[in-house]
Amino acid sequence: MYKVLLPVLIIIFCVMTNAQDTTGIKIPSQDAIYTRPFILEVNKLSTSIGGYFEGNSNYFSEDGVSEGLSFELRRFNIFLYSSLGSGIKFLSELEFEHGTEEIALETALLDFQFSPMFALRGGILLIPLGMFNQNHDSPRWDIIDRPLVSTQIIPSTLSEVGFGVYGRFNLVRDLSLTYSAYLTNGLGDGIILNTEGKTFIPSGKREEAFGEDNNGLPAYSGRIAFQHSLGELGFSFYHNVYNSFRIEGIEVDEKRNLSIGAADFSTTFFDITLHGEAAYSIIDVPDNLSEIFGDEQWGTFVDVIYPVFKGSVFLFNDAILNSIFRFEYVDFNIGDFNSTGQSIGDEITALVFGLGFRPVSNTVIKANYRRHWTVDAIGNPKIHTAGFQFGFASYF
Amino acid sequence: MKILRIYLRENNFRLLTLLSGFLLSMIIISCEEFLPSAPESSEVLNEPIEGLTSSQLAAHLQGDEQFGKIFGAEDGLGPIFINTSCENCHIADGKGHPFIQLTRFGKMNLDGTFDPMTEYGGPQLQQRSISGYPPEEIYSEATGISIFMPPAVTGLGLIEAVPDQLILSYADPNDLNGDGISGVPNYVDPPDYFQPKPGFHISNNGKYIGRFGRKAGVITILQQVAQAYLQDIGITSDFLTEDLYNYTMGSGTGDKVSDPELSASIVKSVEFYIRTLKPPPRRNQNDAEVIAGENIFKQINCSGCHISTLVSGPSEIEALNQKEFHPFTDMLMHDMGPELDDYYTEGSAKTNEWRTTPLWGLGIGESSQGGKSFFLHDGRAKTIEEAISFHGGEASNIRNSYYNLSQADKQKLLQFLESL
Repeated sequence: MYKVLLPVLIIIFCVMTNAQDTTGIKIPSQDAIYTRPFILEVNKLSTSIGGYFEGNSNYFSEDGVSEGLSFELRRFNIFLYSSLGSGIKFLSELEFEHGTEEIALETALLDFQFSPMFALRGGILLIPLGMFNQNHDSPRWDIIDRPLVSTQIIPSTLSEVGFGVYGRFNLVRDLSLTYSAYLTNGLGDGIILNTEGKTFIPSGKREEAFGEDNNGLPAYSGRIAFQHSLGELGFSFYHNVYNSFRIEGIEVDEKRNLSIGAADFSTTFFDITLHGEAAYSIIDVPDNLSEIFGDEQWGTFVDVIYPVFKGSVFLFNDAILNSIFRFEYVDFNIGDFNSTGQSIGDEITALVFGLGFRPVSNTVIKANYRRHWTVDAIGNPKIHTAGFQFGFASYF
Repeated sequence: MKILRIYLRENNFRLLTLLSGFLLSMIIISCEEFLPSAPESSEVLNEPIEGLTSSQLAAHLQGDEQFGKIFGAEDGLGPIFINTSCENCHIADGKGHPFIQLTRFGKMNLDGTFDPMTEYGGPQLQQRSISGYPPEEIYSEATGISIFMPPAVTGLGLIEAVPDQLILSYADPNDLNGDGISGVPNYVDPPDYFQPKPGFHISNNGKYIGRFGRKAGVITILQQVAQAYLQDIGITSDFLTEDLYNYTMGSGTGDKVSDPELSASIVKSVEFYIRTLKPPPRRNQNDAEVIAGENIFKQINCSGCHISTLVSGPSEIEALNQKEFHPFTDMLMHDMGPELDDYYTEGSAKTNEWRTTPLWGLGIGESSQGGKSFFLHDGRAKTIEEAISFHGGEASNIRNSYYNLSQADKQKLLQFLESL
């Protein structure tokens, strides 16, 4: 598919790039830094800055062993948005995780919207795989930990450089179809032979991927979703050759594929909101690494949210108190051992109960009780982990 | 109060829902506590030996972290390897699972000497490899191939602390006592970095008594750790600086990480961790049936090889210093008969000779083997009784004595073994 899509997108991109060049600002170099549109047109351009931050406490115990109470400032993200003219928009997100432990440019994209049905998008993009990856801002979620399937099978936050198209069609009254299709530098070799000791798709993220693909075969991804007043139902996929199968043009290994399929939904009825997603991945693993490194994985999560209070509390006129329940499960290695016929374990099941207090809609104070059960590859007695988390998240 | 009254008036249904949700939550988790409690100490292996100082405990935990460290390709894993960390084979410090067993091979020469076939990738097969590099295969001329299950690593500090003299005192190569058992030590070549302790290690023409591994091919825990890093994970260290390679590729091929990939201090940290793991705990040892079973164990002379009590020599670690402990082994090699002869060996041992396996931890092996039992060096026996049935050679008489026991006595003996 990418063989067809790539040339088309390249041509479109080149045409647009050339178009911009013809209106380029011819200025002396010395004046260049102050001859930028955001200064020259300070009263004309609409540029906004914003972001969100989140922090929480953790108190967990694993099989009776606790590290005690600790605090973490998970994220401090800064958004920058510019409307560059009719149908042209720029958006970026710079993320600071745990202070300055990890700094990443998570999004930096330019949208060219020709009509609601068709838009071009280029830059560092959030891959449209599942619903969480593109909609992961912490103030929108009442549970502190992100869903396991959305971080460990779908490696949210998955942002890759490339470009693609998206749009929306109104099908019938109250029902619309959205689509997006991207071509990007894909995940890399670290999916296997990583420091997790198992097939772990998030380990395929590479810092260099914003510069070049590791094998010259970009990933393609896409999502279609049906939107109705009752909710949204989405189906998405991601496909990539993940290994560096050629070096300097010489093939040194077989091409190894990664395919992820996902389905997601979101609905609200009688004030009860349900949302969740499921993902299934197939990973081409060398025969000699099988069993240690799984070649099939899957996982799912479902959140149930119910507002137990809506009204005025203290200074907050539209406060909401949500009760939340989450079930989640991930199997990192689907299959049986050749030697014994036993099912390979490597699974995690979790339940989360919690409350989310929203004094205003964009700020949430969270209290969660989380319990999860981990089974190792050979199915030894489960490791029990449980704990309490308190936290906050807010847009600004 | 006003807020609460308004809330109750306006939100009865919501309050009911909240309470229902809370009750449902409590029901789901009421089977267990809010925070999980620790399993009984008698059911786990991965705990430090009693009597360590707080500084030693800190060092133990530091080694524990390294023991669990997983190596990826970026860390120098391979290029050929068996597993990616110490803990992935010795899960929870216990015995491993058949899917992570290792294979060793070699060739018996016409003059009766054993060739470990090092020039053809022997004696240990690394059947896994990093991307784009071929894994090893057993060389076609190999005449002896043996499969090994990962052993438990607990209590090894005490075994290491047993003086050679005590091991030799159990040797009876010519069966002078006429019990049919003729244990001999396995003398092996020490590595360059081995430093014998005067009065503790006894040299035999430059060779020393091996005590670790199914063939007792390894003298010290340090040697075991350094060799395992290289042979099992493909990680070089200050002790073994040259990386593995597939002989069909030639030397000079390998991973992209410069050698050595691990410092001596990390290897020694893992050595300290293993030295200071507690011996496997006993369970139900005061049970009358278990005591009766122990008496039968002695009566039919299982204890001729599986000696219950050893005493460690002097150790700088007080918790290991001159301690009496109960591993149920004489640490000697015994002819186990043709059924267990894989035509593979190490050191001076014959191919049909195996080191007496310490029986401690026998009853809790399942907890690290995925709920099933895999006994003997290659896991071929699924029950203790089946493992006994493979005892041939010097152990034939004792096996027959077991067969002649009444069903009730067999059960008592098995209960005793499961209490270890």
